[in-house]
Amino acid sequence: MTQSYEQLLRILPSNGDDSSQLSPCEIKQLDKLLASAPYPAAVSIDALKLIQQQRGWVSDACLSILSAYIHVSIADLDSVATFYNLIFRQAVGEIVLHPCDGISCDLMGGVEVRAAISQKLHIEPGETTPDKRFTLIPLPCLGACDKAPVMIASKQVYPHLTVRNIAQLIDELEENKK
Amino acid sequence: MTSPLNPLTRFITDKANCWQLSEYLSHGGYDGLTRAMEMSADELLDSIKQSNLRGRGGAGFPTGLKWSFVPRGADAPREKYLIVNADEMEPGAFKDRWLLEQTPHQIIEGLLIGGLTLGATQGYIFLRGDYYLAEERLQQAIEECKQHQLLGRDILGRGIQGQAFNFEIHLHSSAGRYICGEETALINAMEGKRATPRAKPPFPQVVGLWGKPTIVNNVETFCNLPHIINFGSDWFKALGKGQDAGTKIFGVSGRVKRPGLWELPMGTSIREIIEHHAGGMCDGYRLKGFLPGGGSTDFLLEEHLDALMDYDEISKLGSRMGTGTIIILDDKYCPVSMVLNLVRFFAQESCGWCTPCRDGLPWAVSLLEKIERGEGEPKDIDQLEDLCDFAAPGNTFCALAPGAVEPLQSALKYFRQDFETHIKHQCCPYHDERVAKKAATAKTQGALNTNRVGGCDE
Repeated sequence: MTQSYEQLLRILPSNGDDSSQLSPCEIKQLDKLLASAPYPAAVSIDALKLIQQQRGWVSDACLSILSAYIHVSIADLDSVATFYNLIFRQAVGEIVLHPCDGISCDLMGGVEVRAAISQKLHIEPGETTPDKRFTLIPLPCLGACDKAPVMIASKQVYPHLTVRNIAQLIDELEENKK
Repeated sequence: MTSPLNPLTRFITDKANCWQLSEYLSHGGYDGLTRAMEMSADELLDSIKQSNLRGRGGAGFPTGLKWSFVPRGADAPREKYLIVNADEMEPGAFKDRWLLEQTPHQIIEGLLIGGLTLGATQGYIFLRGDYYLAEERLQQAIEECKQHQLLGRDILGRGIQGQAFNFEIHLHSSAGRYICGEETALINAMEGKRATPRAKPPFPQVVGLWGKPTIVNNVETFCNLPHIINFGSDWFKALGKGQDAGTKIFGVSGRVKRPGLWELPMGTSIREIIEHHAGGMCDGYRLKGFLPGGGSTDFLLEEHLDALMDYDEISKLGSRMGTGTIIILDDKYCPVSMVLNLVRFFAQESCGWCTPCRDGLPWAVSLLEKIERGEGEPKDIDQLEDLCDFAAPGNTFCALAPGAVEPLQSALKYFRQDFETHIKHQCCPYHDERVAKKAATAKTQGALNTNRVGGCDE
């Protein structure tokens, strides 16, 4: 059974962590989604993306709170959350690097570029740097095959990567963030 | 406006704002819509049928025929939905991104004409989540249309048969998964569920989104509609050089001098696309083979270069025209490695619903990895062939697994010697000269392809 949102708020420990409550902004956007959907479960994906946009990723606490608010069971919501590549169920860094591992990029040296990223940041795919700045999550074919190898980071497509320019690019991304 | 030879891309100019409404209108944009509003729904459907337009997403199903399955008339359900499939994720396909970013209004116009044809009032664009620029521009284009009475209530203020034409467009940005491109999986994703394909029948044309009649077509298919209505189906048919009608966005990626996209007549020869438009192979590289239409099509060889890019012509050669985006395999890249990359992608993107795909594809990946590592045995090739048979059409729930094994089965046929050399010499002959480098990167390479942060549940 789905608990009501108010009930859940009482159960969950309130340790000052803002992840245990939906913000007024989130509630406003969720209500807008719910109003436009024929039934609440239909907003599951959009709601998860919305939460992730605000918080970077979807924690277990977020999932419970969201589940209660949109009246979709935690199990159903998690089955949706874990299905899709762009919904993160683990914490990610400030910048998520998505180098392409599609075939068109690999034909043009994509493997070497990804190895260079790993070498530079000392992280493997799926890992986050200790300073929580970067997470490395390669994605399949990013649809920019004429500019291969490519990477998406902070909604920007970076074309024509090489082992040499990728190191410089990461430095620039790090600078911009500071 | 004289009938153009490049209807889909004539709106794409050097101007930075070529995607905006003012530019689109100045090149004859929305002329198709105004003409369509003077026609009856039956006339519109007839024009689409007679144009011989075939779905541009890969399968090539005749669009008019698909649309004719949608119940129409007084007894038909009042609500019907049109969905633009903009979930481009096929390896090596990048044509839809071009249209989405440069001509968002063309897609909206196509949807509006679809609405008039089928009596639908709601359109959806299912957009790949990583296409951020496309999302921004589509959103802005939709807003522009609302301001100019091209979307919303009583479009253009001129009713059809005394009734106002209302149409709304909703943009859904996906959370990312290749299987969402399958039309029934896409509908499940739109309903907020896991994107597993549905059993057919019933077909979505009758029971689709929210259980209502639904049409799902590719971006490029919708883009063709305004021009078919504006310039007529005879003009459209005459555009093609071979059997198929219209133009097609063709693309080439890999080691060619000028990788890119071009709108060319349907039936243009593969040689013309690769050698003329893409400038031929890069210096120092030779053509070993190519996938004619994206990652889920069978390899073809140099001897097939004079074939025409036409659905039936390419089928006769044992492959598919698919998305029309050619991927080049050069002589310095290991074919086993290429197939491994592709099958690994499909294994990862499998929704997990049926066994040949969920278990068969990872099995094929492990065999290919073993061969590539230099630990292959002769029986592995037989096993790979068996796995291709298990995943053949008819054995699986949807077209993902049959598509996944297309490059594998054709590589086993055309590049068998490469597989055998790997097994005989217990190493990858393509990487051998880089043994030192391979050893250094082997660890990262292996890990690089298990790319999930708990976003996936394999």
